[in-house]
Amino acid sequence: MICSVKLFAMAQQRTGQQEIKVTVESPATVDNLKTAISVQFPELGDVLPHCMVAVNTEYASPADPITESDEIAIIPPVSGG
Amino acid sequence: MITIVRHPIDHDAVLRAVSSHQAGAVLLFLGTTRQFTGEKETTALDYDCYEEMALKQMTRLAEQAKEKWQLQGVAMMHRVGHLELGEASVAIAVSSAHREAAFDAGKWLIDTLKEVVPIWKKENWSDGTTEWVHHGC
Repeated sequence: MICSVKLFAMAQQRTGQQEIKVTVESPATVDNLKTAISVQFPELGDVLPHCMVAVNTEYASPADPITESDEIAIIPPVSGG
Repeated sequence: MITIVRHPIDHDAVLRAVSSHQAGAVLLFLGTTRQFTGEKETTALDYDCYEEMALKQMTRLAEQAKEKWQLQGVAMMHRVGHLELGEASVAIAVSSAHREAAFDAGKWLIDTLKEVVPIWKKENWSDGTTEWVHHGC
């Protein structure tokens, strides 16, 4: 399946894209997705281990399942305030 | 009031949002753009956010604080986009019957916002370079 993944801040800057398309074998978990991203977008490789993943605007755990229809985002360490 | 704005923060509006005749204390926190971080000089900040998720997280924090400290009101406004030195990036106001709850809740809200709400700042340093702030990266 192909998942759309939103990017922000440094992750967006590194790729020059607000959203990337990631190919991942179904069924997949958040962890599988991160591995797929690091292969398909090596420019994110060193950032990804520090990032959380949000699925449908909630923080997700590595073992949580993902589907093509989910809204997925990479959340680098936050620095608001 | 829980909101993300792209214009200067109107902290009077944030205060009005928590106004209550049951309150004996109203606390306002403003986070502002600081010139020096250690020896590095900031000229401006740019903020990015995942707006839908940030609003959801901020709403949840407000609800949790309201319940835990029995607050009369909670309001949070975060600004995104380009900010000059001294401008406020965030305003948090709480109102409560007594001051202890207002101070404790206000501190918890800004501390927790900085840990969980998906908003990011980019430093524009005085040497012309820029840097997204991602602690731990």
